Amino acid sequence: MALPKRRHSKSRRDKRRTHDRLSSPQTTLCPQCNEPKLPHRVCLGCGTYKGKTVLEVKEI
Amino acid sequence: MRHQKAGRKLGRTSSHRKAMFRNMLTSLFEHEKIETTDAKAKELRKIAEKIVTLGKKGDLHSRRQVLRVISDKKIAKNLFDQIAPRYQSRNGGYTRIFKVGRRHGDNAPLSLIELIPEENVQKPKKRASGQQKKIAAASTAPK
Ligand SMILES: [Zn+2]
Repeated sequence: MALPKRRHSKSRRDKRRTHDRLSSPQTTLCPQCNEPKLPHRVCLGCGTYKGKTVLEVKEI
Repeated sequence: MRHQKAGRKLGRTSSHRKAMFRNMLTSLFEHEKIETTDAKAKELRKIAEKIVTLGKKGDLHSRRQVLRVISDKKIAKNLFDQIAPRYQSRNGGYTRIFKVGRRHGDNAPLSLIELIPEENVQKPKKRASGQQKKIAAASTAPK
């Protein structure tokens, strides 16, 4: 059976993993409050979608 | 193959699913809007639209058909008297779904499903004029 000949160093392992990073989610700016929001989602900053109020936002 | 396999089971038996959607429909027609998961909202939309169509008919048979699903007579009556009449100018599209983010705890995507409010019912007119524009554009484009 095929077996690894040498143990891979931490450096090699980590270099392989440089491509494993996650990308941050795509966001757009809310036309109402300019906060970043997810596309096709109600803005959680001001509770609007397409200029209409959909949700009441609770102040924390 | 997934031929003829439309619809979601939502991890429930058919009786459980049926009971759940009856509860959800009752709540939707009572409160006009409810918050639920994306998947349940999309399934609920199909059933809710059919119930509104029955509401628009309003004859004895359709009343009995609605009462098979919505057992609360007050809510059923409100559907026939208040909700259905406002959609006379509309052929379908009585509900609207907004995606609102994710739930704490299980990270499930949440939606808000609502019956189109009275003041927004007139929207189809806009679409009709948009179609006319398209037709106008199509007739001028080939030349
Ligand atoms: Zn906003």
